[in-house]
Amino acid sequence: MENKKKDDKNSRRNFLKLGILAGAGTVATGALIATGHNSGESGEKIKVLTTSGEVMEVDKNFLVLPPVGIKESHEGIPGRKFVMVIDLAKCKNARKCVEECQKGHNLPKGEEFMKVYLMQDSEKTAPYWFPKPCYHCDNPQCVSVCPVGATYKRSDGIVLIDNERCIGCKFCMTGCPYSTRVFAWKPDESYEIDQPYSPEKSVPGVEGTVSKCDFCPDLAREGKLPYCASACPMGVIYFGDIDEDVVTNGTETYKFSELIRDRSGYRYLENLGTRPNVYYLPPVDRQFPVERGLDGLDEEIKKNYDNTPYVKNLKDKEAK
Amino acid sequence: MSDTVSSDKLLREFAPQIEETGKLGKLWIAFLIAVLLLGVFALYWQVSRGHIVTGMRDNVVWGVYIVNFIFFMGISYAGALISGALHLFHAGWRKPIIRMAEFITIISLLIGPVFIMLCIGRLDRLPNLILFGRIQSPITWDVIAISTDIIGCILFLYLALLRDLGKMRDFTELKVPKWKKNLYKTLALGYTGTEEQQIRLKKATDIMAGMVIAIAIIVYSVLAWIFSVTLQPGWHSTIFGPYFVIAAVYSGTGVLIVAMYFFRRVYHLEEYITIKHFVNVGVIMLVLAAFFGYFTFSEYLTKWYGSEKNDEQLIKILFDDYYLMFIFSNYIGVLVPLIVVGFRKLRTINNITIAAFIVIVALWFNRYLIVVPTLESPYLPIQDARAAWANYSATWVEWSLTAAGVAMFCLLFTLASKIIPIVQVSDLKEEPKETGDIYLK
Repeated sequence: MENKKKDDKNSRRNFLKLGILAGAGTVATGALIATGHNSGESGEKIKVLTTSGEVMEVDKNFLVLPPVGIKESHEGIPGRKFVMVIDLAKCKNARKCVEECQKGHNLPKGEEFMKVYLMQDSEKTAPYWFPKPCYHCDNPQCVSVCPVGATYKRSDGIVLIDNERCIGCKFCMTGCPYSTRVFAWKPDESYEIDQPYSPEKSVPGVEGTVSKCDFCPDLAREGKLPYCASACPMGVIYFGDIDEDVVTNGTETYKFSELIRDRSGYRYLENLGTRPNVYYLPPVDRQFPVERGLDGLDEEIKKNYDNTPYVKNLKDKEAK
Repeated sequence: MSDTVSSDKLLREFAPQIEETGKLGKLWIAFLIAVLLLGVFALYWQVSRGHIVTGMRDNVVWGVYIVNFIFFMGISYAGALISGALHLFHAGWRKPIIRMAEFITIISLLIGPVFIMLCIGRLDRLPNLILFGRIQSPITWDVIAISTDIIGCILFLYLALLRDLGKMRDFTELKVPKWKKNLYKTLALGYTGTEEQQIRLKKATDIMAGMVIAIAIIVYSVLAWIFSVTLQPGWHSTIFGPYFVIAAVYSGTGVLIVAMYFFRRVYHLEEYITIKHFVNVGVIMLVLAAFFGYFTFSEYLTKWYGSEKNDEQLIKILFDDYYLMFIFSNYIGVLVPLIVVGFRKLRTINNITIAAFIVIVALWFNRYLIVVPTLESPYLPIQDARAAWANYSATWVEWSLTAAGVAMFCLLFTLASKIIPIVQVSDLKEEPKETGDIYLK
């Protein structure tokens, strides 16, 4: 959202920011506007809704978001229903989504909320790169099986984990058909940052509990895109609101329904009935050949794909 | 009064095993304690270093701990179903072996749940299961079912013990320390065998015998549902409930036969536990082997024949990576008891015991094949170069704790036999005739 152009044709540009502020405004407008402490004005005005229903313009620097407590993080951002669209035609496994996500969530090495798979549906079909976050299903198996309600579905569609309640039984990990969840197997230095825990940030991590991609609700509250979406140099990942029918990757904004209709969007493993909130656009008219995704990878990461039929084939050909 | 005489005679005979422990017995107990200590060390290792010391990783999140959990819960069936069913059918020959069956139940029921705790990342948060418990979760069903089962089985065993405890309290020749005498006196609850007491005891035992059978079936089905409610290929199966129940009783009979063999040898019970008992329990095992084989066959036949993509992948793993284990657990483990008990000539005590031992091991591997390969073949292919992430192999920590579980089982069994005769001493004929079966009224 940062690099938006002055293009009034699409008034939905500000949808995230305004919508969220309107939502947050009803909860705590008072807390939103911090007076005094911030030095200087940025010059950028932002509209907010006061409790009395008036629209007010405030300087960006005077806005301080209230810390989100455990209770609010269980409820969700009012009036929102988040959705993600991943354009497989543009993905070349640049892995910026993975890296930024790991940085943003302070994840230890080797722990990935966003994973990029090298997929090949069958022997004769074309291989493609397949970024996979949490699908934030509308019928989440993980939430159904949790014995303590540590993982829960919010009103805005996001499935979160309360790492201060999770008992670490790992039932959700076997319940999720998409291998989305990761377990904190050992105490890690990255868990020891001095910051109050919030399920919305997944930070700091807690040993012996389960965590996963959280759709970055803390960023959404600030009107920003998730780390993965804003980091992707190809603009593969679109994020938006399904009720407002809009998704954006930061540079391009689409009507969600039209994008899905025109590009034949689909959901992965639809037959399982989990009703994911992540849609894929099929890898047609590709911008990059699939092998570009293997270029310039760390040896360690490249090895991950060694067992895929595609890489095995490549190696066989090289050997001949 | 001939009944009393015969039980006094029996008590006199069993007195030595309760009064003293021989050199070999002490050595055996010391060995078991040593294995237990190894388990304690492994537990310390796991708690202090985190679950990273186990072989479990993000794909295979459940390993031998869960296998042991299912296994021990399974053998707890020996008592519940066998003892309960034999009681209700008035099988006269059951007397010398039901005490063992009941001990197996209680002891394995106490050990089983410990293994699920070893698998839990945050043991300190166990109270959350009650504080924030959600009835929608099969784990909550399991917590309720297992605790009900433990209470029900302890009650059933206690009712079955009551008459013997009274006998031991009244048996003055027994040379045991004072605390044991007091223990018998307290536990006997003033049971003296008056007619009214007998009728009440009979009614209560009948009710509990029916209850433990029902509860045990529910417990094991709930345990199966933990797996089958998920969408995982290999777990998402409608027959898992009955399949697990059958597998459980099957392994339970195996453990019962092995226990019969050892107690017969060690405590010289040749007079009471005869080939008849081995054959009778063996026949139960044979019927269960047929059922178990049938369930296993239909489970894998339908997967293989339909060969949905993920089922096919699972079958491939089972036959490539786990070939020997699969053949052993699902072929040898079924065929050996069928052949050994099926042919009259092969029915010797040694043969039946060997077959029973094979059944126990095969059933452990059967559970391993249910838990691990499924987790190794998820819907999305595992693309991780770290070997531990792709394939599970248990570490010394897990094996030590497994060994400690088995040692704990043997130890508790040995100690229980030092307090209470391993063979019921009071005669079954003492049961009042005039009170009919409550289930036939």
